[in-house]
Amino acid sequence: MHKDSNFHIDPDQIERNFAEIHPAMTPAEAAVEANRCLFCFDAPCMHACPTHIDIPGFIKKIASGNLKGSARVIFDANPVGATCARVCPVEVLCEGACVENTLLQKPIEIGRLQRYATDFTISKEIRLFEAGEPNGKSIGIVGSGPAGLSCATYLARLGYAVKIYDKRAFAGGLDTYGMAEYKMPRTVSLDEVAQAEALGVEFILNTEIVQAPEASGGVSFADLKQRHDAIFLGIGLGATNKLGIAGEDLDGVYDALHFIEKIKTRHWSSVPLGKSVVVIGAGNTAVDAATQAKRLGAERVVMLYRRSESEMPAYDYEYELAKQDGIEFVWQAAPIKILSQEGVSIVVGGLLLTCEKTDGSRELLEIPCDMVIKAIGQEKMRSFFEDVAGVALDEKGRVIVNEQMQTSDARIFAGGDCVNGGGEAVEAAQMGKHAAIGIHSSLTGETVEFAGAILRDPPKAPVDPNPH
Amino acid sequence: MADLSINFAGIKSPNPFWLASAPPTNMGSMIERAFDAGWGGAVWKTLGEPITNVSSRLAAIDHGAMRMIGLNNIELITDRPLEVNLKEIAACKKKYPKNAVIASLMVESKREAWHEIVKRTQDTGCDGFELNFGCPHGMSERGMGAAMGQVPEYTCMVTEWVKEVSEIPVIVKLTPNVTNILPPGLAAAKGGADAVSLINTINSIIGVDVDTMVPYPNVNGKAAHGGYCGPAVKPIALNMVAELARNDEFIIPISGIGGVSNWRDAVEFMLLGAGSVQVCTAVMHYGYRIVEDMIDGLNNYLDEKGVASVDDIVGKSVGRVTDWGNLDLNYDVKAHVHEDKCIRCNLCYVACEDGAHQSFEFVESNGHRYPRVIEEECVGCNLCYLVCPSPGAITMERRDDGSNPQTWKERIHK
Repeated sequence: MHKDSNFHIDPDQIERNFAEIHPAMTPAEAAVEANRCLFCFDAPCMHACPTHIDIPGFIKKIASGNLKGSARVIFDANPVGATCARVCPVEVLCEGACVENTLLQKPIEIGRLQRYATDFTISKEIRLFEAGEPNGKSIGIVGSGPAGLSCATYLARLGYAVKIYDKRAFAGGLDTYGMAEYKMPRTVSLDEVAQAEALGVEFILNTEIVQAPEASGGVSFADLKQRHDAIFLGIGLGATNKLGIAGEDLDGVYDALHFIEKIKTRHWSSVPLGKSVVVIGAGNTAVDAATQAKRLGAERVVMLYRRSESEMPAYDYEYELAKQDGIEFVWQAAPIKILSQEGVSIVVGGLLLTCEKTDGSRELLEIPCDMVIKAIGQEKMRSFFEDVAGVALDEKGRVIVNEQMQTSDARIFAGGDCVNGGGEAVEAAQMGKHAAIGIHSSLTGETVEFAGAILRDPPKAPVDPNPH
Repeated sequence: MADLSINFAGIKSPNPFWLASAPPTNMGSMIERAFDAGWGGAVWKTLGEPITNVSSRLAAIDHGAMRMIGLNNIELITDRPLEVNLKEIAACKKKYPKNAVIASLMVESKREAWHEIVKRTQDTGCDGFELNFGCPHGMSERGMGAAMGQVPEYTCMVTEWVKEVSEIPVIVKLTPNVTNILPPGLAAAKGGADAVSLINTINSIIGVDVDTMVPYPNVNGKAAHGGYCGPAVKPIALNMVAELARNDEFIIPISGIGGVSNWRDAVEFMLLGAGSVQVCTAVMHYGYRIVEDMIDGLNNYLDEKGVASVDDIVGKSVGRVTDWGNLDLNYDVKAHVHEDKCIRCNLCYVACEDGAHQSFEFVESNGHRYPRVIEEECVGCNLCYLVCPSPGAITMERRDDGSNPQTWKERIHK
């Protein structure tokens, strides 16, 4: 492992490599693009968005010059709408559904327009929503990622006193710690946290919810249940899965999320980096790790995947990005051991990753490298849910919830990755919205609706019975 | 949140956005859906003599990829039985007491006929009348619609007939198919109108199919001129509204109509003197839902300007409209190209060279060829600024010091 390896390329070049991949629109660009939008009715893009933002509505407001109103439409349906504008897989969601794919072979740039509108109110610190009249009820939320933040925002708008507990130093969860830096700097996520704070949501950071607080200094789950009328769990997933092979704990073997987390500080020199990097896994996080290693200056980055190219779980556009960044791919090969080559072999201080072909040949491949990044999915936090929170899980370790996001314990609700096993921020945001509606209904018996909670068919007009 | 409610000539409405008398106000169930969407008022599709419509009825002009910047129609007044409409007006008003329900009327030029329809219609409880003196096609051939509005004496006379029996405010809808809007406008006021609305549609043939050689819209191989409306007519409407608003003798309220598509258009009409605006084409294109951004955008605009009530902006620009002879001849602006924003399309250069005053030259700067203004030649016409696609790349800069204003009228009376 080369401790000074991040100086393979000069820091200015690294800055350029980490410039935002979808830069902000100029006013001229936004005007042209917004006017290109057809303002569809019952629009396919709105159906495709998991939070069902009224997309033609917010774009029409950009066209009319009502940027504040535009941002309100977005944040009304999605409290992390600025993050989603940058990190959503728009190619498979809103933009993938845009009617202009058919007509002009070029969808409206919905993500960048969404960024244009949300940048406006965030940069001007315009408050779009007010906290509801205090209703005397208190909700405890564990985890400040997109699910928790969304749930907290809607509950605060309804008048609940909301406290979010998070074990980390900054709020925002993976929006703050886990997004590829060239897609979004963490300031965007922190701005959304500030919007929730402005509604009175209280963030209790550096605080873990545990079974026995004396030992770890956290807050016990029993305490939490006592303090609050209802609990929302949006704690996501746990550590990266284990490979279960020899050498996994060697120096130079990293977990993708830890690697990305280091990059989020933008202190390039503090990020561990090899000259020759192997990323194990081929999901979207694996691509994020591989491309960022390359952009930091790694000379060679190989992605290793046990299945074939066509089975790669990353989105097509992520794969394209990896190819453009010069990532190499080894398909159908499973790692079987990692050896430290210290003092004995070709690369001093390096590693030797041995893998076996899974194409039936069982041929062995040796890849010399000096850094291995594991990106093979995250563990479920079974013990937290079963032993600490005491809620039922399904056979895959996901929290079981009903339509209102209520768990097997009627006072505990859940949403986000811990419920769907790992998804997009926008999906977590929608689950947080549904949970807020569910919590309100369970505590008050009242039904509330928030923008985009449900998509209904537009009412059909009655036919005129008179001849015409 | 600014107060958007208005009291227009005695007609109260939660906001200044009304649906114009047209297909979107054809029947009660439509207007009720419009009110649910947020429209403050609606002028019912004109009630009157029984008619038969043709097929097809509409045609439009596009601009590039933008569809329907102007719309032309040959549809007549309502084709539904009067009793049905009256019943629905009454039901609609009862269900939506806070919204403005206005009945548009048009019958033959007989005092008894007008008296009868006014009496029957006001029994519905509607908030006001709009007299359709503007329809330029079909009905005008039968001595109604624009045939009234184009003769000030008729306008005044029929308005008087209506006022003899009407117990609710009367708005006279004016036709733009006149050389000067003042005589019909003043005639309506003289006849006792409580307000006017304008403009109705403009005589038009929207185009000709160059293959069949039949103009649009084609009715079995023939076409008739229709009424033109939509975004393209807004400048004509704004001028006519301003012409009335700035005339000292004209003192009744104005409802502005013509190409209003969003809150900005509405604000422009209101600044030039309109107390309410009416919308049709934009709703025919996108649906009732457009009113949401009209309300939201107007609200945000008023809040940003620190204006408490929408009434406070009505007429704010009227004092800025004057005759040419009152403009300052010594006011002097010159175009200036900002190279940091210039994209070097040179449209300014060619527009000025062939369409204005040959005031551009090319210069080498930072390794590129840029257009630059020759100030001595520039007359400050704005053309380069208007053709420039890049916002901020050309600005018009003031060059006189403002110390010596002089108008044409002052110069010739010296």
